[in-house]
Order: sequence, then C-alpha cells, then structure tokens
Amino acid sequence: MSQRGGISHDASRYAEISRRVLLGAYLLFTLAPIYWMLHMSLRSNEAITGSFAWVPESVSFANYLTIFTDAAWYSGYLNSLTYVLLNTLLSVSLALPAAYAFSRFSFIGDKHLFFWLLTNRMTPPAVFLLPFFQLYTALGLMDTHLAVALAHLVFNVPLAVWILEGFMSGVPREIDETAYLDGYSFPRFFVRIFLPLIKAGVGVTAFFCFMFSWVELLLARTLTSVDAKPIAATMTRTVSAAGMDWGTLAAAGVLTLVPGAIVIYFVRHYIAKGFALGRV
Amino acid sequence: MSAPKPISQRAWWLVLPVLVSVAFSAVIPLMTVVNYSVQDILGPSQSVFVGWEWYKEVLRDAELHGALYRQIGFSAAVLAIQVPLGVALGLSMPTQGWRASLVLVLLALPLLIPWNVVGTIWQIFARDDIGLLGYVLTQLGVDYNYAQDPTDAWVTVLIMDVWHWTPLVALLAYAGLQSIAPAYYQAARIDGASRWSIFRHIELPKIRGVLLIAVLLRFMDSFMIYTEPFVLTGGGPGTATTFLSQYLTQKAVGQFDLGPAAAFSLVYFLIILLLCFVLYNFIKDVGTRDAVGDVAGSRA
Repeated sequence: MSQRGGISHDASRYAEISRRVLLGAYLLFTLAPIYWMLHMSLRSNEAITGSFAWVPESVSFANYLTIFTDAAWYSGYLNSLTYVLLNTLLSVSLALPAAYAFSRFSFIGDKHLFFWLLTNRMTPPAVFLLPFFQLYTALGLMDTHLAVALAHLVFNVPLAVWILEGFMSGVPREIDETAYLDGYSFPRFFVRIFLPLIKAGVGVTAFFCFMFSWVELLLARTLTSVDAKPIAATMTRTVSAAGMDWGTLAAAGVLTLVPGAIVIYFVRHYIAKGFALGRV
Repeated sequence: MSAPKPISQRAWWLVLPVLVSVAFSAVIPLMTVVNYSVQDILGPSQSVFVGWEWYKEVLRDAELHGALYRQIGFSAAVLAIQVPLGVALGLSMPTQGWRASLVLVLLALPLLIPWNVVGTIWQIFARDDIGLLGYVLTQLGVDYNYAQDPTDAWVTVLIMDVWHWTPLVALLAYAGLQSIAPAYYQAARIDGASRWSIFRHIELPKIRGVLLIAVLLRFMDSFMIYTEPFVLTGGGPGTATTFLSQYLTQKAVGQFDLGPAAAFSLVYFLIILLLCFVLYNFIKDVGTRDAVGDVAGSRA
C-alpha cells in the first residue's frame, strides 16, 4: 500500500515537472519576439540594421519620445482607443438583452438565429471592404470613429452574445422568478440584480471585444483616412527615404500592448470563470 | 439540462437591437456583394446583368483552387498544433496566486498586438542577419531564409500563427478546466484513476463546450487570415503563402474585378459556413456519452 502511494507520488512529481517545463518553454517562445520588439525599440535604426546584438548596446528612449511628441503618432493611439471603446460599449450593450433572451426563453427560430449570428463572424473582412466603403460614404460616416465602431460590430456582437449567454446560463433561473415575485420590473431587475451577478461575464466580454477591435486593421484602415486613422494604420506608413523606420515602429508596437495588458489585468480573475458554462 | 426554458415570443424584442445592428453592418453589405456578383460593372453607373457567369469563372479558376488547397492545409495544420498545445498549456497553468495572474497576462500578450504589427515583428525576428530567430537558426547551421525558400516561408507563417493564437485556445481551455467542481477530482482519486483517465473521462468532456468555441474560432480566423502573411511574406515567395483572403483582395482591389471578386467572396463565405457547420455538429456530439454529468447539474 505504501509502495503504491510512493509510485503515484513519483508520478505526480514527474507530471508537475513536465508541466513546468512545457509552460516555461512556451513562455520563452511567447516572449522572444516581444523581447526582440522591445530590444529594437531601444536602439537606433543604424544599430538595428547594422549588426546583430543579443542586448542593446546602449539604451535610448528617442523612439518613444518621437511617438509622444509627434501628433501623427499619438493621435493614432487616441483614434484607436476612441473607436475601440465605442465599439466595446455598443457591442456589450446590444448583446446583453439578446444574450438574456437566448439564455432564458425559447422562441420561434432561436437556435437558427443563434447560428445565424455566428455566421456573421465567418465572413472574411475582405468581403466587406467595398460595400462598407460605399455604405459609409453614402451615410457621410467616412473617416469617423463611429464608422469603424459600427463596422467592427460584425464580428464583436456575435462573440459578445455567445460569451454573455454562457455566463447568464450559469445564473439559476429561480433568481429571476423570485425578483419578479418581489415586484421588480424587468429593467430594474436586470440592472439592479442580474447585472451585478454577471459582472465577471461583462468584464470578459468587454476584454474580447476590446481585443478583436484593437487588433483589426483591414476594415479600420479602409474606413478612415485622416481624422480617425488608427494607430495600426499609422504604423504601416513608416517607410521613408532612409528605409524602414524600425526603431519607431518597434516602440509603437510595444505601446500597442499597453491598453490590452491593462484590460486583461483587470479581468484576470474572471476570465477563467465564464466560458465553461453556456450553450454549444 | 434542467427544466425546459419557458416559451415566450416576446423574447424577440430583446433580440431586436442585435438583429438591427447586425443587419446594418452585415446583411446590407452582403446584399451589395450578392448584387455585384451577378453583374458586369463597366463604370460607376453602367452595369450589365450576367447571371451565373462570374460563379462559373470563379469555380474554374485554377489559381483559386491552388489558394484553396493551401488554405485548407494551413488551417488543418493550425488546428492540429494549436488545439492540443493550447489544452496542454491550459492544464499546465498555475491556478492560484500572483503566478497565475502573471502567466495569464504574459500568455495573452500576443493576442493584443495589432495584426500588421505581428507581421512586422516576425518579419524582422525571422531575418537571418538581424533577427533573433533567423540568426540563431543560421548559427546552428540551419539553412533558413523565409524570404526566398517557399517551405521556410510557409513554416514561418505557421509558427507565427501558433505564436499569435495558441494563447486563445489556452485561455479558453484554462477557463473550462477552472469550472470543474473539485468533487470530480476527489471521486477520481478515490477510484485511483490515472492522470490520463482523469483527462479522458472528466476533463475532456467538461471542456468540450469551450473547446468547440476554440476550434470554431481558430478555424474561421485561420481560414480568413490576411494581414499577417501579407506583411510577413506578401504571399510569396511565388504563391507559397497566398491564402484565400489575399487572393481575393488582389482580385478585388488590385485588378478591380468587382463581379468575379464578389462571386468569389460568396463562394468563400459558403465554404467557411459549410466547414463550420460540419465541425460544429461533429464536435457537439463527440464524447457526449462519456460526460459524467452536465455543468448545470454540477453547479446546482
């Protein structure tokens, strides 16, 4: 008996070690390209293209200074943040009632509708480029933050409904019924009782909407030219007479990580909880 | 699951905002594409109805077939690597304390980088003279040049995608594993179940739902990949990394063949839809008879 315990103890130690090795190796793989970007952002263009170096010869923040002082650069960040936040707000608030309907009621066509919503996420953005361009030109929305925020609804609303529905199905239906018996109206119940119960889900949904809107370029670039030009589009135009401006590009890349990292830090406790519930 | 949901047609009112917004941002553009796909557009106000002509042309297009096979191969490789790797990572992540938060944030970093920047980072990271990866490989004696060798280019795009998206699968798998009630593990320990059988009979059935999300998301997004290979390799060398989206964009923007591009778009969309439908129904039923109980039951 004790021998058997010993074997399983060794086995679990072995499993623990192999887990750590896998995780450690994978984190190295994840961080290597990011390290390289950080590394480049601290060097001058001559140094980057001149020779290979494991660590920067000298650390310079000149590339970051360029971004913070040049309006062409920092306005890109502000534009991106504006439409991403607008899109996140719209996606979550549109998806909340729909997710509630899917999680609480049966209605004619509900399953088909759910799948149809998901199909909108399957349309290649390249398909929409021209129609979007024409539609938003006709509406006079071109080059506005609202245009990009609306266009990104195509892939974010279905995802938001999907995730929120999962979280909502984790809340027992008795809670709704008790609240109605206590005389709560639907809007008051939804805001006062239900929303606090699924705030983790709202956080996780907001993170995913933020992320997918933040990293998308094709639509955002097509629908903007000057006033709402996203940072990612600014970054595609760093080729000058002297060649690629790698240093500034890398610094801008490092800075694109910051907003998302902040958002994920806030939802880190909840991200684990939600998805597991849910339909599918 | 538990008691059936009450039937209420008034629920449609709650779904209405989503319907209107998605109709605006998806159905109207899609109808425009359908409209183009049956017309020969000669000028801004001149067009001729051509019926199925463009569809026939697209379906016979040999270059399109090439791009489609490359695309299917790429997406299959993406799923075959990212799903098992993501699940293994999800199982390996620490579950509590500051280390769990740190690993979660570090792991998610690649997901937060704009897609063109992902391409740019790898473009220099993989260069053999000044990039970490290319330099190390060359020093190790590997003959590696992603800009000239088609195989190297294809593998580099694949590794880049693994780097970029495996964290998503890992996050989802981790989320699924976190929701398993400790009682299941205790029962398994009493039964003396092996690590493999715990995974096979408890963990895998429990994370089927999130894995379905992960597989579908990874399938559709890898099938629509555009920005990253466009920046990294420009679709080359030759056509080695020209996937469907890139071929489509070349046609629509580069050659301005609106009609055929629209027909191609719809065929493309239908292929994704069909494959998603097959995957959805396949995974939905896989392993259901092994499920010990459903999530709702364990939470009640």
